Amino acid sequence: MSAPEKAGAAGAAQAAAAAGRPPVSDGPVIEVEHLTRKFNGFIAVDDVSFTVGRKEIFGFLGPNGAGKTTTINMLCTLLKPTSGRATLNGFDVASQQDAVRQSIGIVFQDPTLDDQLTARENLQFHAMLYNVPPAEREQRARRVLEMVGLTDRAGDRVEAYSGGMKRRLEIARGLMHYPHVLFLDEPTLGLDPQTRSAIWEHVHELRAEYDITVFLTTHYMEEAENCDRIAIIDTGKIVALDTPGTLKHGVGGDIITLRSTDAVTTLAELREKFDLDALVKPASADTSGPAGDRIYVEVPNGRTLLPQILKGLTTEILSVAVREPTLDDVFLNLTGRQIREESVDKMDAMKARVRRRRSQGGAGH
Amino acid sequence: MKRFRAVYIIWLRDLKRHFRDRARILGSLATPIIFVFILGQGLGSSIGGNLSAAGASIDYKTFMFPGILGMTVLFAGVFASVSIVWDREFGFLKEMLVAPVPSWSIALGKVVSGATIASFQGCLMLVLAPFAGVSLSPLIIAELIPTLFLVAFSMTGLGVLVASRLKSMQGFQMIMNFIMMPMFFLSGAMFPLSNAPVWMDTLAKIDPLTYGVDALRAIMLSDVPSRYAFTTDIGLLALISAGMLMIAIATFSRQS
Repeated sequence: MSAPEKAGAAGAAQAAAAAGRPPVSDGPVIEVEHLTRKFNGFIAVDDVSFTVGRKEIFGFLGPNGAGKTTTINMLCTLLKPTSGRATLNGFDVASQQDAVRQSIGIVFQDPTLDDQLTARENLQFHAMLYNVPPAEREQRARRVLEMVGLTDRAGDRVEAYSGGMKRRLEIARGLMHYPHVLFLDEPTLGLDPQTRSAIWEHVHELRAEYDITVFLTTHYMEEAENCDRIAIIDTGKIVALDTPGTLKHGVGGDIITLRSTDAVTTLAELREKFDLDALVKPASADTSGPAGDRIYVEVPNGRTLLPQILKGLTTEILSVAVREPTLDDVFLNLTGRQIREESVDKMDAMKARVRRRRSQGGAGH
Repeated sequence: MKRFRAVYIIWLRDLKRHFRDRARILGSLATPIIFVFILGQGLGSSIGGNLSAAGASIDYKTFMFPGILGMTVLFAGVFASVSIVWDREFGFLKEMLVAPVPSWSIALGKVVSGATIASFQGCLMLVLAPFAGVSLSPLIIAELIPTLFLVAFSMTGLGVLVASRLKSMQGFQMIMNFIMMPMFFLSGAMFPLSNAPVWMDTLAKIDPLTYGVDALRAIMLSDVPSRYAFTTDIGLLALISAGMLMIAIATFSRQS
């Protein structure tokens, strides 16, 4: 680098610092290489590598316990990696903690607001903790509150807020210090569908308005479609990483679901007569639906192939359905399991825990 | 100075919360008032009104008032520092831990805010001094306020130390029973330690509140002979405060 160039870079860095934002480095905003985290021999995150570009909405998709939150905690400097490295905005997460923290905003799964203070006060404290110049605090607070539609309630104590309002306030707070990356850990968990779609609107808006990269985790398949790229993570490993469209395309066309009284014979017939490999989900795993094992088949063109398949099968078929692939199918295809069945159990367990906690007046755990 | 920013922020937040909660401010005065005016009056009457404390004869209520002041500061200080456990439970601690501030400054902020709140509660108690037969002059008040703060600082340091290790509020009852009550009763707040048996005397010596109560009594009741020299009390309290603070910071940083 020549001398004038150096001076120019330093000047830009100073200008950025003066604006309350750490200097911008070139290249991807998040770089992860062979990141691993073990807990007493249990490998929560297993040799994970990926990069996230600037202004990207990047999703981590996987069932509970897949290692999503552990990865976020390492990127947020709350957990030290066992091995491997990660840089955020060019800063190393293990050795440059403060610079990394100044570069990111985080919305955790559980609320981290002071519910005895008003929304505006929560934002003010956050701005102070993150070195936002006093002259700008008021104006930034107004702007983020307006964005999440909480301007009218800014003077109310947070204890009077609903779950959705709290989540919106936390997103607003995460933006107060103009971070480069906003982490959202299960941003829509436990929210009703209407609030969920409102949160997504905010996420898209803020990317446009704040030039921000959004890194989020979710186990809702339909929500992951909002991302530019998705990393599918299972038991600590990334099993696929691409755009939602490409991932779905990779499934290979349409999905035919058959319910049959004799899955074994049906499978054999599909293989012999049509050269098709199918996946079976036993009836016992699905208590809500009608009887019969469910058989999933991927075909290039379901609508034309289905009549031929039905004609060719000798076993009794109880029901049929054809649909275009979803990310659920991608996950099923990659891991042989469905993401939903596991997460639903966990969600119920969690909701029960929250209820228990509320009934104890917040005193228990 | 930049590194101390978080200390001020946490102090400001805790004070905001405290002064917003009027019920708690007044409620935390209920116990000391009951002690002085019911226990002090009742016990005082049954022992003949006067107490011969190491030679001087004095009204029991008056004798116990500085001790109750010490108790107020002990309870208020430990209560204030237990807010760390609430912050953990309600998540706000995480917001502070993930901010670009060093974790020692969070612990220090908690100690400073707790000490401010506890000494404020102690100062409120001074309003009742005339009713307990303690006369206050501007000079006495000027001496009392920094002393109260020093006592409060050491008590809050202890509180933050314990609260850093506490995972939920359920453990708090244990602290009450095994730390706060013995500290209060062994400090000489309720009775003179001059006639105490050796085991009690030994325990009183390792109780930081003993020196706090002794110093407060020396300021307020000049005719009651002190157990230790005033400078000894203050010196030891300062030493204990510094020690508690360092252990509290180390414990807090390790736990989070």
